[in-house]
Amino acid sequence: MSRFNAENLSLAREIIGRYPRPKSALIPLLHLAQEQEGWISEEAMREIAELVGVTPAEVRGTGTFYEMFHFEPIGRYLLNICGTMSCALMGAGDLLHAAEEELGVRAGGTTPDGLITLHRAECQAACTEAPCLQVNYRYRFRVTPDGVRELISELRAGSLADEIPPHGTLATVRQHIPADRAVGAVDPDEDTSPPSWVPVSVEGAR
Amino acid sequence: MSTTEETGAEPEEAIVEPDPDAVAITINGRSVTARRGDLVIAAAERAGDYIPRFCYHPRMSSVGMCRQCLVEIDTGRGPMLQPSCMVTVTEGMVVDTESETSKRAQEGILELLLANHPLDCPVCDKGGECPLQDQAFSHGPGESRYVEEKRHYEKPIPISDLVFLDRERCILCDRCTRFADEVAGDALIHFVDRGNATQVNTFPDEPFSSYFSGNTVQICPVGALTAKPYRFKARPWDLEQVDSTCTSCSVGCRISVHSSRDRILRFQGVDDDAVNWGWLCDRGRFNFESVHSDRRLADPLIRTAEGLATTDWSSALSLTAQLVRSALADGGPESIAILGGARGTNEDALAWSMLADALGVERRDARLGDGVGLDLLDLPRATIAEAAAASTIVLLAPDLKEELPVLHLRLRDAVLRSGAKIIEFTQTGSGLTRHAWRSIRHLPGVGAQTVAEALAEEAVAAQLASGPVVVVAGRANLAESAAALSERVAAVLSAAPDARVLSVMRRGNTAGALAAGLSGSAGAAQILRDAADGRIDLLVLLGSDPLADFPDSRLARTALARVGRIVSLDGHLSASSEQADIVLPVAVMGEKSGTTTNLEGRVTPVAQKVTVHGTARPDWMIALDLADRLDVELEVSDLGDLTSMIELSDDGRWTRPFGATAPTFESVVGTNYDFRLVLSRRLYDAAVSTAASPSLASLPGGRGLSVHPSDLERIGVSSGDDVKVIGSRGSVVLPVCVDDRVNRGTVWAPFNQPAGERSEGDVRDVVDVDASVTDVRIERLS
Repeated sequence: MSRFNAENLSLAREIIGRYPRPKSALIPLLHLAQEQEGWISEEAMREIAELVGVTPAEVRGTGTFYEMFHFEPIGRYLLNICGTMSCALMGAGDLLHAAEEELGVRAGGTTPDGLITLHRAECQAACTEAPCLQVNYRYRFRVTPDGVRELISELRAGSLADEIPPHGTLATVRQHIPADRAVGAVDPDEDTSPPSWVPVSVEGAR
Repeated sequence: MSTTEETGAEPEEAIVEPDPDAVAITINGRSVTARRGDLVIAAAERAGDYIPRFCYHPRMSSVGMCRQCLVEIDTGRGPMLQPSCMVTVTEGMVVDTESETSKRAQEGILELLLANHPLDCPVCDKGGECPLQDQAFSHGPGESRYVEEKRHYEKPIPISDLVFLDRERCILCDRCTRFADEVAGDALIHFVDRGNATQVNTFPDEPFSSYFSGNTVQICPVGALTAKPYRFKARPWDLEQVDSTCTSCSVGCRISVHSSRDRILRFQGVDDDAVNWGWLCDRGRFNFESVHSDRRLADPLIRTAEGLATTDWSSALSLTAQLVRSALADGGPESIAILGGARGTNEDALAWSMLADALGVERRDARLGDGVGLDLLDLPRATIAEAAAASTIVLLAPDLKEELPVLHLRLRDAVLRSGAKIIEFTQTGSGLTRHAWRSIRHLPGVGAQTVAEALAEEAVAAQLASGPVVVVAGRANLAESAAALSERVAAVLSAAPDARVLSVMRRGNTAGALAAGLSGSAGAAQILRDAADGRIDLLVLLGSDPLADFPDSRLARTALARVGRIVSLDGHLSASSEQADIVLPVAVMGEKSGTTTNLEGRVTPVAQKVTVHGTARPDWMIALDLADRLDVELEVSDLGDLTSMIELSDDGRWTRPFGATAPTFESVVGTNYDFRLVLSRRLYDAAVSTAASPSLASLPGGRGLSVHPSDLERIGVSSGDDVKVIGSRGSVVLPVCVDDRVNRGTVWAPFNQPAGERSEGDVRDVVDVDASVTDVRIERLS
């Protein structure tokens, strides 16, 4: 079910073609899989392994290292409420409590309708704007418990659909590099040209 | 010195050229000469200063994972703590492995490594030989400050049929995962998750089914990985050990045989620079179980009206001598034939060869129609090290991963680390295909022409001319005549005249048995043909099982049915020995001492570790007993006499010229049939050492026929269906499976697989040993 659809499969092949070694496309393809399904299934990892010529164990091993890849089904919106020092001091606990109450799930859980997953997150690098949260990695600054409730009702109503794409979407604009404009990666083992900085550095030393 | 004496001149002042690779360093206050490129940890160990370590392994790349080897290193900027497995020596480097700072760092790391380690040493198989345990004593702080709950995981999970993983004990040193990826090329285990949750694991439902999985158990520096055959069987301090040689295939890996209470409990790989680098395949590592199998023969058997019945050695040997006498009297020495000898020691083969010489028996062959031609063994023979160091390796061989797994590892390493280039001629693809510089697929039956054309290509010819060339030659297809191989090797040699040849054979001591003289005027095929024609009165099987191992099963069956009498020397009752008139139980590897010869001609000892099963005897002793009863003087009286007969060449190898001429071979191009059969071995098959080892018995894949997807469509069947395979000699029903590695126009079948419920038919029934190739038609079963 969660294999790449036809469009994404051809995109995957294009991405692989950008690298001198197929294996280098592993992480971009994990992003692509997550974009398609919102999370990365075993089936998707198997397909990526086939596409880039590694074992599924290597795909899983690489992918699970990264916090932002999800290997279990996840809601359409991932609500990350920061719980680290600055936000905690500024009332993040109340935000989490409000969200749990509003959603009816504990941190880490997903609402039964599959719409929202609630996480307590580590520092999101916005301490000056504490307490902060992210919805699908889009910031909301200086949030209040009421703000959380309002945000959730907006998400439920679908009124933020334009601003916040479903989980997994990295960007709303897709970059396409036509073949004739691609730089063309060269396999480092096959590149025999001398390092371009050598003459410059000799000049500089003089 | 001798030159000086001859000329009478004064010896010249010795000019010591400074070694360009020598690097002077100081370790713990002493001046030490290291080699350029040495890691500090290795240089220190050679100088006698052991630095504790877990992740560092001399046969794998350094990763600096465990941090246990931190020492103070001063390269002119003052002493700094650095992991000594990641730093290479430089001129003037000062290393202090025992300074207060180094000690504190090492103690700190050990305390951290033990923070989550369960310390269940009393119930852990590794206890007593555990690097973590040992180094916690020698380099640890003695006490831990951690009082927190340790990490918990489900206790051992099977990660393959043979290996269990206890993640609580794991210290994440990356040895097993690095081995799987770097050495074996089967990256089926990997670190999963991150931080405190990091663990080694497989992909769900995709076990670590590597042919080399047992090595991870041996190199695991803690008790995290354990092997099924050894789990809870013994404690290291109860084990006795002796160095020996594995004879599961002809690579001849050096092993250490461990036993307790007179039972072999495990084999460990021994690092021999020339051969196996410490690695073993799982078949070689675990098939020791067959030594203590219930299927072992304990007493001689003779055929009675009710079948085979137990008897005593005296009667069995007298009867055997009587059979020999009457065969000699009735049909002369031509009516006696000897098949086998490749599974025994050099001494076994020598004794039987001498007995045959004394009786005038010329019909003998240690191969079973599945070996290389003797003409190939006359070619300049390469060593494994020469093959690994060659700039070009030409593979005209079976899939080495399936047949000689450790040679596969050595060649894979040669490609990945030394930049050797492999030119592979293959009929099905192999484990080395993905590493080959050129992988040339060809149909069975093509001759020198295809090889010569491929090697004449400009880039290929330039590559061949660029440095030493080694040809690895072996039977890639048992349904194709051995002459085809000789022909193709000759084609390589005419393109690269200085090439050396490494002939690969499956059975362990084929090279030794042939050198001992178990090769006569008639090869195995001729012997069986003669037997089928009723011209053999007495067939002696030296541990060989033609019914299972000869590629043409019809010929083998007819031969054994028509032959006068059969005397079988075997450790286990096999299909062939069940038909014998006399079965003499023999000691198997682990139960007898002597030497063995690997594919290079290298002679290494095999050692007795346990007492023989029942009343079994080594083959050589039986030969001497028989000689005695036949009043033949062999001029040897014990094992030592036989061993001393092995004459090693200057480079320490045992070979002899066979003077065989290369057979002629005509390419077979056209056919009236649809498919050409490729028949080759897999690592796990119905061989008795696998079948009689409980841990391995379930691993053979079973019988079947692999077909390319588009051919499968053409036949009109789907994967899993039964088809009728029709050859010129007969037909057989087999299940098909789809496999896109099989060439179109060919079908592939594994050799000597155990019969399953759905696969009674044996594909060898369609093989004709007299034909150059085996062509088949495939029909749907309606």
